[in-house]
Amino acid sequence: MRRLIVWLGRSPALLTLAFLLVANLAAAVQPDEMLDDPALEARAREISKGLRCLVCQNENIDDSNASLARDLRLLVRERLVEGDSNEEVVEYLVDRYGEFVLLKPTSGGWNWLLWAAGPILFVLALITAGFYLRGRATATPASEAGLSDEERARLRQILDEQG
Amino acid sequence: MNRAVPRFPLAGRGRFNIHKGMVTELGHFALILAFLVACVQAVVPMVGAQKRWPGWMAVAEPAATAQFLLTALSFAALTHAFITSDFSLRVVVQNSHSAKPMLYKISGVWGNHEGSMLLWVLILSLFGALAAWFGGNLPPTLRARVLGVQAMVGVAFFAFILFTSNPFLRMAVPPFDGQDLNPLLQDPGLAFHPPFLYLGYVGLSICFSFAVAALIEGRVDAAWGRWVRPWTLLSWVFLTIGIALGSWWAYYELGWGGFWFWDPVENASFMPWLLAAALLHSAIVVEKREALKSWTVLLAILAFGFSLIGTFIVRSGVLTSVHAFATDPERGVFILGILVFFTGGALTLFAARANVMQAKGVFGIVSRESALVVNNILLAVACFVVFTGTLWPLVAEMLFDRKLSVGAPFFNMAFTPFMVVLGAILPIGAMLSWKRGKPGRVMRQLAPAFVLALAVAGLFWAMQTGRSLLGPIGMFLGTWLIAGSLTDILSRLGKSRDFGRLLRLPRADWGKAVAHAGLGVCMAGIAGLMAWEQEDIRVAQLNEPFTVDRFEIELLGVERVQGPNYISDMGEVAVREEGREIAHLYPEKRTYPVAQMPTTEAAIDYRFLRDVYVVIGDAQQGGGWTMRVYIKPLANWIWAGAILMALGGALSLSDRRFRVAAGARKSAKLRQGVPAE
Repeated sequence: MRRLIVWLGRSPALLTLAFLLVANLAAAVQPDEMLDDPALEARAREISKGLRCLVCQNENIDDSNASLARDLRLLVRERLVEGDSNEEVVEYLVDRYGEFVLLKPTSGGWNWLLWAAGPILFVLALITAGFYLRGRATATPASEAGLSDEERARLRQILDEQG
Repeated sequence: MNRAVPRFPLAGRGRFNIHKGMVTELGHFALILAFLVACVQAVVPMVGAQKRWPGWMAVAEPAATAQFLLTALSFAALTHAFITSDFSLRVVVQNSHSAKPMLYKISGVWGNHEGSMLLWVLILSLFGALAAWFGGNLPPTLRARVLGVQAMVGVAFFAFILFTSNPFLRMAVPPFDGQDLNPLLQDPGLAFHPPFLYLGYVGLSICFSFAVAALIEGRVDAAWGRWVRPWTLLSWVFLTIGIALGSWWAYYELGWGGFWFWDPVENASFMPWLLAAALLHSAIVVEKREALKSWTVLLAILAFGFSLIGTFIVRSGVLTSVHAFATDPERGVFILGILVFFTGGALTLFAARANVMQAKGVFGIVSRESALVVNNILLAVACFVVFTGTLWPLVAEMLFDRKLSVGAPFFNMAFTPFMVVLGAILPIGAMLSWKRGKPGRVMRQLAPAFVLALAVAGLFWAMQTGRSLLGPIGMFLGTWLIAGSLTDILSRLGKSRDFGRLLRLPRADWGKAVAHAGLGVCMAGIAGLMAWEQEDIRVAQLNEPFTVDRFEIELLGVERVQGPNYISDMGEVAVREEGREIAHLYPEKRTYPVAQMPTTEAAIDYRFLRDVYVVIGDAQQGGGWTMRVYIKPLANWIWAGAILMALGGALSLSDRRFRVAAGARKSAKLRQGVPAE
């Protein structure tokens, strides 16, 4: 939320909107929101860290100051008190707000590509590097042939100077 | 350029304002001249190098100097407008205020889109000028081409500023006062964050120019590696400092002590950092062993390409982000055009010329060369993971019609393993010899460091509650890297016991050890903070102490304080440990009336092993104040590690062989009396 304002602040046309948002500012997790049961509260915090504050820029609801984030935090705690498991709480929120709410995308659909992109490239790079390194290990060392005509002339010149 | 207002809108208001108007107009004019000079510099030396006309090639150096001086003049004029609060300029009105402290009037120059682009080209032309001044030892054609390519990038960005983001646009009716700079940005840490970041990002342009010039020449050899390396090191050092400053700012300013958010704009600066780190390692292989040439050239192109992507991400608003600047589609398209032209053009050239870059060095599978190849793979893949994660929401929306988020939990999971592997193999790779390493000997030398690291990790594993592996792994890597660097340095002694010899080691060796140890310190800090942070949120009553971890915290009072351009509720908090008071902290909640914005100013007791981080919130109706107290273990280590890395880079940069290369230019100049045949 605070960070949303940073962004809005830069774009003067939206400054007015920022004023409005500031008006109903509430800081991140408030004492009155917290559950008495420490185990349940700890679970709520953990779930909150993986949920996106929908009106913010890339912030989780645990850190966010937006009033929507507060509503979501209360909702998470409500579900936990009702006896939902962590997965059920997350599922409940995804049903309501879509997968946009998840900061850690699922691996369903084409998303497997997102998760696998790094490892796939890593393996490909290792294979390529393996071939390259084997090539280097068996190559014959380069000789003076690597010099261009210009350089050969320079070399002669230097050798003449020395001699 | 497009100018709807009279030349001196304030002319009627007295002589002083005429003078102000003059300076601004001169700045604008200098910027246009710099653009024209860059146009000349982009064409004449290139033609000269092609045709081997010395006179044409010689244009490059004075042109690069002129381009830099004109841009500096233009930047000085804009700074002058901010310092004197010239509210006839639109950017000044939107980003400054007459009551603002001087430091932030100056930092306001680059705290906005237009001004920061001017800083961008200032640094671009500075690097061009530096290459002209210190490039005397380069072959004349290569030097002309490097400066020519650098000027081409300049032309594109000068045009971008003049046609879409002109900072010198006037207001038809100047207001009496400005709208103030965003209060969050009014902070010493952030004042210098952008200049360092840009010095790094934009500094990579010179590596890009070297790569493209070498491709046009059709020659990449050991000398090329030696010329490129100092520029890469310099950029990387600046990037490291810039990123660390930004992260430190986030830590103390945003109110809950987060230091990295995996935000698109942060990623935009992190990707070039990773690639620059890869590049400065692979350039060593080119320099020492004449291998990995085409890969190094590719990296040099990509590193600057990622800087351009970063600029695009920040300026276009395609990815909604924390600190995206003005979101203007026209600007976005313009930068996309620049990005496609330069990276696309350079990569095409690369494909056409890849065959001229034959590797010469021969080395075994187990060797320093191979270790550096693995280093490059890990850094490049890590960069790729950040890249896919950053752009995936865009891809998913366009191709699969899915609106989704990719946030910190993804990056922590997908990125971290590569860094863990990097840290785990680094000390071994750093000690392998060139050509043919002896793994057995290296392992024996490193055995004490390894045992120590295992012991430390085991100790922390036993001490902590919970089963998280994060802390112990971080401690292992930290100890392993620090002890490994020490082993590396000590191994240089050989059998002798003359420790004075260590001081006579080349600075590059010290730089390497310091930077690698810095990475260890940083990794330990990140792991410690993430694994063992403690938090307490409550309504604190006056004079009712409470305990967090082993600390006793007491709110002694809250006072209203008037700052230069803000009002603040300042709490006074005592922190005690074992009954002894160890710190008096003053957390604040500020309101900036002009910007109509509250900020929290955390109060932090910085210590070597932990920070106590106190934040004060709102007054509660039933009495008392909301308070957050965090115990953050090893927090300082994150930035201390970054500083060590930068210091290591700087040490390496000051190494004798780079100075020798600079000295060689004098003798080269003497010989230039007879131009190359």
